Amino acid sequence: MQRSFIARNPSVLIFLSLLALFTLVVTVLSEGVGSGLISTSFIKTLGKTLCLCLIAVAMDLIWGFAGILSLGHFAFFGLGGYMIGMWLMYERTRLIVVDSLSQTEIPPTEAEVVDAIGTQIFGVVGSSEFPLIWGFADSLTLQLMLVVLVPGLLALVFGWLAFRSRVTGVYLSILTQAMTLALALYLFQNDSGLRGNNGLSGLQNLPGVTASQDLVSLWFLWASAFALGAGYLLAAWVVSGKFGSVIRGIRDNEARVRFLGYSVEAYKLAIFTLTACIAAIAGALYYPQAGIINPAEIAPIASIYLAVWVAIGGRGRLYGAVIGAAFVSLLSTWFTGGQAPDLPLGFYTVKWVDWWLVLLGLSFVAVTLFAPKGIGGLIDLIAQRASKKETGQ
Amino acid sequence: MSMLLEVSGVSVSFDGFKAINNLSFNIGSAELRAIIGPNGAGKTTFMDIVTGKTRPDEGRVIWGEKSVSLLKMSEAQIAQSGVGRKFQKPTVFEDQTVQENLLVALKKPRGWLAVLGYRPTVEDLGRVDALAEEIGLTDQLSRLAGELSHGQKQWLEIGMLLAQEPRLLLVDEPAAGMTVTERQHTTDILVEAAKTRAVVVVEHDMEFVRRLNCKVTVLHEGSVLAEGSLDHVTANQDVIDVYLGR
Repeated sequence: MQRSFIARNPSVLIFLSLLALFTLVVTVLSEGVGSGLISTSFIKTLGKTLCLCLIAVAMDLIWGFAGILSLGHFAFFGLGGYMIGMWLMYERTRLIVVDSLSQTEIPPTEAEVVDAIGTQIFGVVGSSEFPLIWGFADSLTLQLMLVVLVPGLLALVFGWLAFRSRVTGVYLSILTQAMTLALALYLFQNDSGLRGNNGLSGLQNLPGVTASQDLVSLWFLWASAFALGAGYLLAAWVVSGKFGSVIRGIRDNEARVRFLGYSVEAYKLAIFTLTACIAAIAGALYYPQAGIINPAEIAPIASIYLAVWVAIGGRGRLYGAVIGAAFVSLLSTWFTGGQAPDLPLGFYTVKWVDWWLVLLGLSFVAVTLFAPKGIGGLIDLIAQRASKKETGQ
Repeated sequence: MSMLLEVSGVSVSFDGFKAINNLSFNIGSAELRAIIGPNGAGKTTFMDIVTGKTRPDEGRVIWGEKSVSLLKMSEAQIAQSGVGRKFQKPTVFEDQTVQENLLVALKKPRGWLAVLGYRPTVEDLGRVDALAEEIGLTDQLSRLAGELSHGQKQWLEIGMLLAQEPRLLLVDEPAAGMTVTERQHTTDILVEAAKTRAVVVVEHDMEFVRRLNCKVTVLHEGSVLAEGSLDHVTANQDVIDVYLGR
């Protein structure tokens, strides 16, 4: 008698179909297996955009549904990237080192190999010792688990401290900004163990894989699309039932939820940690496509951009978050990549590289003032009109 | 008579101002009680203490047959143990339907994991229908709570409290801003609820208290000034001086 979850939520089905269609079309037009109409570098941009859409879904869960304006979720995104980056860099360097050492007459010892890898990776920060945190870097399985565990644990501890003290509203936003800033500053140090401001690089090369980047970029596009689909489905399921009711209740009236007997803090912690894990997975898929990660990626401003995407796309609507992230980040790439033609005004020439941020800021203000439901709100309006026509009202 | 809630010797002060001063009183397990008093008499602070929002400086608040102290419990734990609270301003989840509001309030496991997997059973939906009928919102179930009138929101909130199946219901000025017919309906709901549980109504409005037809406690400057039937307390000279005389 209960209909399936998908049947009760047609928008989820529509989204998943569109995502599948998008992936298929891009694949057919790609250089790797298709006609070559879309360049490999643009495939990577699209794949990265899908990852940004995934973290936007997480942001919408925590902000749009639970009302917690976290301005630190890019810290989790970045940490996820670092965790997978450690394995990618270690393993690739190891293969190179083993290869070059095999030319020598005496076979190298285990210690010599490790030493050579250490020199290769940490030479730029004047060290050759492996820091403790690289202990699992030789195991893909363990490092994949750390992608979720490290950011998840950070979110759990940070969230527990913050929510237990009943820090809410703008104070919590400031606290999350402080968290991401502190993490970025720490990682900037050369002795943080993650190569300071050099970050981890060469991540686009999968160790032991001889396939061309044309193909690898497609694999990552597919993986990103799959992750976005799964994340979207999970998020839609989480908010569809009573849990969704409770967190929306926390957003609209925290005291009422508390006096109904729900432990508000536990719910906040659960949703904070869950979204941190989703953000981390998105980051772990993003940085192999970007090829490099450094501490500048988790600067406080990154998390603020994330909030802007979700606000423009429409809070409290999962598809709104996806639209906002895709639309704004692609537009941003276009404007700041120097592709947008300059706008001559006679007395002054508008260079979009400089003026894009102003445009973004203005559109954020405009959306906040005139369309608080964002682009997603427009879609709702169209959907309502259509259903009214159908019922003949 | 066995006592459900015993408040004894409770005092609390904010920045030197004694909001509650050595307050003691008891409520039985199936009793309707009205608390009246002028502004600043400590009525809302009393509710804050019982529901765990405010910690008193001294005194005891003892609850139920097992005589547990409410002072060491969190708001959520107190609510789960059977204390329901209605705010002065109607507080419902405006963005959700009446049915969703009632479903969230239903007495069910409150942990987030249990809630994540919860889907309403036929029985639960039946219970919601029965509650909606009790508060007179049967034909509003699928409407958003934000679209309801002021009075309907107040009833919905009372319905949500009843859904929790509390043993003690604390109601803060339920009749404020209601029309005469709405007041009558509210009185009916509260009197009906008090047949199976304790209901404490904090109220300003004498006419409404008279309709409730129950024992009245008069608070003044954070302690009990008089207690008894409405006619009894309104005849009390102290009460006339501090409250009615002005």
